Amino acid sequence: MNIVVCIKQVPDSAATVVAEGGQASWGDAPLVMNPWDEYAVETALLQQEAHGGDVTIISVGAEGATEAIKSALAMGCSQAYLVSDPELAAADSRVIAHVLAAAIKKVGDVDLALFGKQAIDSDMGVTAPQTARILGWPVLSLVSVVQELNPEDGTIKVERSIEEGRQVVESQLPAVVTVSKDIADPRYPSFMGIRKAARADIPVWTLADLEADIPAPLVRWPEVVNPPVREITNEIISGDSPDEIAETLADKIIGEKVL
Amino acid sequence: MGNQILVYIDQYKGQVMPVSWEVLGAAQSLAEKLGGGIVVLVAGEAPQAVAEQAFHYGATEVYCSDSPSLADYRPEPFTDFVVKVAQEQGAEVVLFPTTTRGRELAAMSAVDLGAGVMPDVTALEVEDGRLIATRPVYAGKLLAKTYCETGPQIITLRARAYKAPEVDSSRTGTPIQVDAGVVESDVSTRVLGYTQAKGGVSLADAGVIVSGGRGVSNNPSLTPPEGMDEKEVEVWRAQQGFKLVGELASVLGGAVGASRAAVDADYVPYENQVGQTGKLVSPDLYIACGISGAIQHQAGMRSSKVIVAINKDPDAPIFKLARFGVVGDLYDILPPLTEAFRQRLG
Ligand SMILES: Cc1cc2nc3c(=O)[nH]c(=O)nc-3n(C[C@H](O)[C@H](O)[C@H](O)COP(=O)(O)OP(=O)(O)OC[C@H]3O[C@@H](n4cnc5c(N)ncnc54)[C@H](O)[C@@H]3O)c2cc1C
Ligand SMILES: Nc1ncnc2c1ncn2[C@@H]1O[C@H](COP(=O)(O)O)[C@@H](O)[C@H]1O
Repeated sequence: MNIVVCIKQVPDSAATVVAEGGQASWGDAPLVMNPWDEYAVETALLQQEAHGGDVTIISVGAEGATEAIKSALAMGCSQAYLVSDPELAAADSRVIAHVLAAAIKKVGDVDLALFGKQAIDSDMGVTAPQTARILGWPVLSLVSVVQELNPEDGTIKVERSIEEGRQVVESQLPAVVTVSKDIADPRYPSFMGIRKAARADIPVWTLADLEADIPAPLVRWPEVVNPPVREITNEIISGDSPDEIAETLADKIIGEKVL
Repeated sequence: MGNQILVYIDQYKGQVMPVSWEVLGAAQSLAEKLGGGIVVLVAGEAPQAVAEQAFHYGATEVYCSDSPSLADYRPEPFTDFVVKVAQEQGAEVVLFPTTTRGRELAAMSAVDLGAGVMPDVTALEVEDGRLIATRPVYAGKLLAKTYCETGPQIITLRARAYKAPEVDSSRTGTPIQVDAGVVESDVSTRVLGYTQAKGGVSLADAGVIVSGGRGVSNNPSLTPPEGMDEKEVEVWRAQQGFKLVGELASVLGGAVGASRAAVDADYVPYENQVGQTGKLVSPDLYIACGISGAIQHQAGMRSSKVIVAINKDPDAPIFKLARFGVVGDLYDILPPLTEAFRQRLG
């Protein structure tokens, strides 16, 4: 059972992000593994524990952007590759998906490619299905439970969380899977894991190394702006009793004409 | 031919995700600016019944397929169907609702069509014949203006960004059947069934959301049944609190949300979580009960029109977002508040 997990490095979710000169800026907030991807890493490690094989991390990003990769290695993944190339500076999701598909092929003999639900910086949520389409693999998105994984038959059975509830789907491998947050709690890296990750050799692949046709980006985002400031008048409702407060609050809410 | 706007209607067993009609509304206003016609796409079980609704909403051309491979949703054959119609129609713009299926189909169609995809858009403008989309990024901390260098442009629209057209049931039409060109043996997934069907209002579409946080379990005066361990007592307490939250939501015709702390402590299922790693919502009214208002929670709900906070701690950050705040115990406030609305709203 060989599993690849695609992870992205992003600014911490608690960072204050503002637009400066049309660009996003997060000051000196730490860069971390995309929180959704931690669940994908955990899922991969659980399956590896059950079925053996390797868990390989792939991340596309700037050279030196290895903090996220190190935390994945510290959780216990076997190896990692960083794909980095100046050509990718203006990449859109389709370009990243082509790069990931090529990298997954280069790793070779992969049964399962795991992704997070979406990246918390660009909030796209499209890269996994795009990678699947490029590879010609089925995609099972928002998986909450892996019911069965059968490397011998090359099948997987999962529960997907969608708007109507849980859909139970069976699929052939290889497949692309994105995981939901309720699949399993990500483990904390062990002390040994952290030491090993700090010393790990993380090979960097350029586009030339991937030997694939990568299309030019089509989506442009010339500018990011701060959202319009909302003037909120705060009003604290008080009264002599909960009943009185409740009555006043109900009237005020109805006065806003949103019901 | 050419210059068409395609609108994908997301449905499950004849139940249309309401945001689909908002997408049709957006397409109608775009068509006025861009010229060209609108083609509505329906796939899935009972496409005829859905097509009929689409005509009521003002669609003039509806394409559907009764291929058995499209009965239950799987992204691969559905993408084949969308791509086929998009190519035949020479679509310039393909619009989807931002739903689980819509986002996935938009992503995959973009690969086949060699196109750019802009998901979860909240506003569309036309400048010099080019579509400029506004997308919240960094969980809504920023807005990105984006466009596609060349067409076709694949877009998903967030719920509640556009208005659905008026319904007029005298408008009818005949849907056009398309051969989706799907070969079942090429599809490597099989839907075995559904383990839990969910009822109630979905968070993304809800006009009113009442949410509970860790504070919902905090009522020391409640006496739990005997024989429970500490964790069971906490969850039991939370369930009593969420009953109050649920009653208020139901009087307001709304949905129940939760903070991550409430989900992680097993008070309510993950499906109810609002925030950066939960659902992004923007209802007209959001009532936060016993929620402190951490930045990751705010990310999911800050664009709500009117925010109300009920919290014991006057310094809770949630009050900064709140139009109305009550500094107090939710156990004291929620029952009379529910009653007050019951009287006023009948
Ligand atoms: C990567 C990442 C992603 C995250 N994603 C999310 C997310 O999607 N959604 C989310 O919500 N959080 C998210 N969080 C967690 C977030 O940081 C907070 O920990 C969480 O929102 C806190 O939940 P809470 O407000 O319910 O709990 P607390 O912060 O513990 O607040 C409880 C509040 O209840 C009040 N209270 C207590 N008793 C009562 C009472 N009887 N009556 C009235 N008020 C009372 C208290 O004064 C307090 O303000 C994320 C965190 C990280 C690191
Ligand atoms: N640059 C990247 N490198 C590796 N994986 C990525 C990258 N961008 C996105 N992904 C993966 O795709 C998922 C969805 O990202 P997105 O479509 O950008 O929201 C993430 O959770 C990651 O698993």
